[in-house]
Amino acid sequence: MSRLREAGKLPGRVVTWLGERFELEDSVMAVLRHPVPRELERPVGWWYVLGSATLAVFIAQVVTGVGLAMTYVPAPNSAYDSLQFISHGASLGAVVRGMHYFGAGAMVILVLAHMTQVYLFGAFKFPREANWLTGSLLLLATLAIIGEWLTRLIVAGNNVGGATLTRFYATHVFLIPAAIFGLIGMHLYLVVKRGISEPPVAGLPVDPPSYRARYAEMLRRGIPFWPDSAWRDAVAAAAVVAAVVLLAAILGAPDLNKPADPTNVVADPRPDWYFLGYFAILALIPPATEAVVIVGLPLFAFTFLFLVPLLWPDGERHWSRRPAAIAAVALPFIAYAALTVAGIESPWVPKLEGGTLPGSVTQGLTEPARRGSDLFVSKACVACHAIEGAGGRRGPDLSHVGSRLNRDQLTARIATGGGGMPAFAGSLTPNELDDLVTFLTTRR
Amino acid sequence: MNEISRRRFLSRITLALTAFIGGIVGLPILGYLLAPLFSAPTDELVPVGAITDFPVGETKLVSVRDPSPLAWAGQTADTALWVRRREQSGPQMFQVFNVNCTHLGCPVNWQAGAKLFLCPCHGGVFYSDGTVAGGPPPRPLFEREWEVSGDRLLVRQQPLPTVKQG
Repeated sequence: MSRLREAGKLPGRVVTWLGERFELEDSVMAVLRHPVPRELERPVGWWYVLGSATLAVFIAQVVTGVGLAMTYVPAPNSAYDSLQFISHGASLGAVVRGMHYFGAGAMVILVLAHMTQVYLFGAFKFPREANWLTGSLLLLATLAIIGEWLTRLIVAGNNVGGATLTRFYATHVFLIPAAIFGLIGMHLYLVVKRGISEPPVAGLPVDPPSYRARYAEMLRRGIPFWPDSAWRDAVAAAAVVAAVVLLAAILGAPDLNKPADPTNVVADPRPDWYFLGYFAILALIPPATEAVVIVGLPLFAFTFLFLVPLLWPDGERHWSRRPAAIAAVALPFIAYAALTVAGIESPWVPKLEGGTLPGSVTQGLTEPARRGSDLFVSKACVACHAIEGAGGRRGPDLSHVGSRLNRDQLTARIATGGGGMPAFAGSLTPNELDDLVTFLTTRR
Repeated sequence: MNEISRRRFLSRITLALTAFIGGIVGLPILGYLLAPLFSAPTDELVPVGAITDFPVGETKLVSVRDPSPLAWAGQTADTALWVRRREQSGPQMFQVFNVNCTHLGCPVNWQAGAKLFLCPCHGGVFYSDGTVAGGPPPRPLFEREWEVSGDRLLVRQQPLPTVKQG
């Protein structure tokens, strides 16, 4: 009986021995127990979990990424087969690939949420400017910046070829993660060294000369981060990681399309959802402004991010006293959401295949009008123009065009184009043009 | 010999050696990574088919293979091109287009009925001669140099086109 009791105490004694011999009390535990403002005990503490949730997902990305790298072959003649094997052959391969996929989406959401919270809480102000700067670099490090002058360097030759994939792969698995590791180290060092910002109070602005003393006083009445505050981080991190794993387990990895093939021209390239808004911008802006927007918009956004703590290091922290800050958050998010919806719908894309007119349109037409309706499909008018709901949305809906335009106007518009429409004089004979116009005049 | 100058001497030696280590490790790896910048551009002529493969007035998709690909290049050594056989002969006989839209590089699709190239990404449209018919593309489709040798059509392999070639 007493021997059993002795054995029961063994794990505790092992932990004590390890803690003492490795000096964990002075290093790890001292950092974990660093004081944080007492206000974090209250529900407002839940706003402080976004950073550690991001970190948890990043660690999960590293783990699943290493797992995938054990099987993925970054050579063009084998990459697709190895992906097929991961997704359909390897046990749990689809789940691991799914975790990496949904984890990437979760990273984007969490990083933006974390940044928005820090911005609205005014936590970037004195003396935590460098926390914000390293955080901005972390955001930047997750995006690949490929300038025009880099094209030759990145594709490792004059054309895309065997060396391209390995370069992207090495950048993805070594360079960018190494940069992220380094930046996370700096970011966390500053979080602990400066101390977490206290929840903002309206009417209590940051005054740099007196802030440090006031904050030190706050910490004297503070609580230890571990475990009084850390438990919330653990709850949030567990929830987020569980969500990623659940999505991966239920939905699995995204379907593999056909293998990448430069000679396949019926591709329908779409970026992942978080870039759909940018994809939409590039379709919707006037072509003349394109160079400015492609280069200028990201440049402006990141310059603004870096300038935020330098331009507004003091003053009110609470969002209710910073209406411009609320606008600076709301406007980009509304624009981003609207552009993402536009990107999903992509009305500017011609419908390349399977365009036909419904029977209700083609029934009871005169012979010339029937020939015109055939031409409407065979000459790909239907790719951009809809009639009674069938066809593309690139150009105007032509269901009632006959009541808007007369014969001469229709003929002129089709022959010479204009307003974004190609001229069809070269691809229609005069008789065909006549039949097509006859068909369109029946649309009233 | 006072203590300060000795310390200064040692710190300079240490910094110099650190820079030396960085240099002898960094220079080879830098040269290795930047090598593609100094390689000669490819400009070989590669055959794409017999002239009779291309009926007059039609536009056909062909694929050409990089003449000296890396062993593991797989399908990335293939490039697709649109070849247009015109009514004329001589230097006007063909037009050979890169398939990439001049907007952001998605592959354009030839619609034989409408005689248009349509882009699936942002809705760029080009006429059969490669000029812009509508949408965001800033310039005509990029063309490749070609030659007729006997009854074969040869196309020159070229670097990725950039805006500067406009």
